[in-house]
Amino acid sequence: MAAGAPMGAGTTSDIYKGDAARLMMPTWLIIGIFLLAPVIMMGVYSFLTKEFRGGVVWEFSFAAYDQFFFDRGLFGDDPPTLEWTYIGIFWRSIWQAGLATIMCLLIGFPTAWFIATRDPKSRSIWLFLITIPYWVNLLIRTVSMKFLIRDTGPLNEFLLAAGVIDTPLGLINTDFAVQLGLFYSYLPFMVLPIYAAVERYDFALSEAASDLYAGTWTILRLVIFPVVKPGIIAGCILVFVPSLGAFLAPDLLGGAKTFMIGSLIEEQFKGSAGNWPFGAAAAMILLTLVLVILLIYARAQNKVEDR
Amino acid sequence: MASPEIAVSIDQVVKRYGGFTALHGVSIDIREREFFTLLGPSGCGKTTLLRAIAGFEDVNEGRLLLKGVDITNLPPHKRPVNTVFQQYALFPHMTVFENVMFGLLRKNWIQSEAQRRVQDVLEMVQLSDFASRKPAQLSGGQQQRVALARALAPRPQVLLLDEPLSALDLKLRQAVRSELKALQRETGIAFIFVTHDQEEALTMSDRVCVMSNGRVQQIGSPKDVYEAPVNRFVADFVGETNLLEVTVNKIKDGLASVALPGGNAFECPAAAVVDPGVGHLSVRPERIKVTADGQGDLDAVVTGHTYLGTDIQLLVRLADDEVMSVRLQNSQTTEIPEQGAAVGLVLEAGAARLLAD
Ligand SMILES: Nc1ncnc2c1ncn2[C@@H]1O[C@H](COP(=O)(O)OP(=O)(O)O)[C@@H](O)[C@H]1O
Ligand SMILES: [Mg+2]
Repeated sequence: MAAGAPMGAGTTSDIYKGDAARLMMPTWLIIGIFLLAPVIMMGVYSFLTKEFRGGVVWEFSFAAYDQFFFDRGLFGDDPPTLEWTYIGIFWRSIWQAGLATIMCLLIGFPTAWFIATRDPKSRSIWLFLITIPYWVNLLIRTVSMKFLIRDTGPLNEFLLAAGVIDTPLGLINTDFAVQLGLFYSYLPFMVLPIYAAVERYDFALSEAASDLYAGTWTILRLVIFPVVKPGIIAGCILVFVPSLGAFLAPDLLGGAKTFMIGSLIEEQFKGSAGNWPFGAAAAMILLTLVLVILLIYARAQNKVEDR
Repeated sequence: MASPEIAVSIDQVVKRYGGFTALHGVSIDIREREFFTLLGPSGCGKTTLLRAIAGFEDVNEGRLLLKGVDITNLPPHKRPVNTVFQQYALFPHMTVFENVMFGLLRKNWIQSEAQRRVQDVLEMVQLSDFASRKPAQLSGGQQQRVALARALAPRPQVLLLDEPLSALDLKLRQAVRSELKALQRETGIAFIFVTHDQEEALTMSDRVCVMSNGRVQQIGSPKDVYEAPVNRFVADFVGETNLLEVTVNKIKDGLASVALPGGNAFECPAAAVVDPGVGHLSVRPERIKVTADGQGDLDAVVTGHTYLGTDIQLLVRLADDEVMSVRLQNSQTTEIPEQGAAVGLVLEAGAARLLAD
């Protein structure tokens, strides 16, 4: 606890400010080259004209955004009406990513809780076990998942042989399969930050709450959740954001019916059927969407803090 | 049934952690409206006992009664007692006001009454101006008072305090002692206070229970445990004392005739059960007078001084090489013997006490 910590502690002394700026240089350089530059490039490309067979023509155009939001008929000369295809894909992606986040939270929280409440030695073993699958490339794991759950895969064959089912479950190429893939891909990103928060949680707070007449659920709701909330939020962001742009799981497990943003964007840059400005525009719209969601959250958070 | 003026009855409580026994059949009756202190060295089981009363530890044997009602098997949130935790355990995401309100809302107080109660309690601990602060924005002393207010707000039948002053610095600790004592009188409920600091125990308590190794050694008023300790442990732990090995010649009606080191005969009260033979005499350093060599009950040589401000501590060595400590008041009239001087020591009447081992 911060017992006795003087107020205002943590302000870095001025002497260190110059050093800090210099120490941050490599970070800024890397962020600049590998993060800012590509985003700017993508922003620029989204306002260019597409070249057939991929690539761009350096000619300013709103065409990509126009194609995303508006339907102008087969020959492009009808009065514009709202185009639902891509908005629909976005909506389904948000929905899928949200559901995957909730699933990861429901399973990840108890898992993190379990690990954080073991004795320190077995904690590191559990954490190690959680991370083992991530030593294998995501593509390979997703493909394995596909083989595992397809109609002629081991799961169905086992259940058929055991007499539990008479026809294959038909899991592959469904929303459920995509959910499974997303859940499996991003679960550790939920578990690890929550684990870190729970590990720091002072269990005397739970005792204090129960001393003050709170039952188990009340303690969870009014004390534990609020105190470990930063970990939960971090976990949700770390699962939601990559799920939103994921393309491996939807591509390999979902098939054509369950198209998500990631696949839509990926297709625009693949082979000669692509459309670079359109892909860039879709990526920009996705980026804006994520930023808006994070901003709304930050705003809400500040309001709560300011009370 | 416990008699009605008993607030908490601890009846033959045993607590084991695996093969280790932390409490060996502890029995204590704590009265209504008293300031009761559990005193003992670190690791003697004070916290374990307090946590058993609060309900955080299940006991292996024995019973706990609260105002005659058996609470042994009730979970903590069903026991009408509240705790002030050693590190306070304030809810960091709640304001001072919300912290204090917490228990009241769980007990379904009406909102308006709860708010009034919180204001009253905050006033009682002089924190009304800090109601909207978060715990991290308070000093250690203020946090301690929030913890106190939070525990008192739901009007518990008994308040449990686990070394609540240990995180405060010395000056503050002394000020808080009297505040705490006043608060106990004002609220009129029994306080069970845990400390390893004998001075704290002596100055604040109505009664003190001295514990050691999971056992009760003595229960009594501060005066009892200081002036009439029942055994060597209590004499040694509560205050400072000299333990002299003596030959016990006779014990009659609680009065012992002993031979002091050096052979002089001496009479003093004896704690309950001491058999003739070799015994230990407890002599408080401030109850010894220094006189000329050969004139006292004991002969000794001064081996050193320690300046303590109000007192001067004299270290003396007896003929059999035993070292004793003598406290002389630091006043202009006191003569302080030189180092190496041979002196006589007079044990004041009632200054010494024969103890059970
Ligand atoms: N959860 C536990 N597991 C094992 N031993 C414990 C546990 N809690 C306390 N003990 C032991 O019980 C004894 C009494 O502890 P405690 O009541 O905390 O002592 P005190 O508060 O008097 O310092 C100590 O020896 C301690 O090591
Ligand atoms: Mg303790």
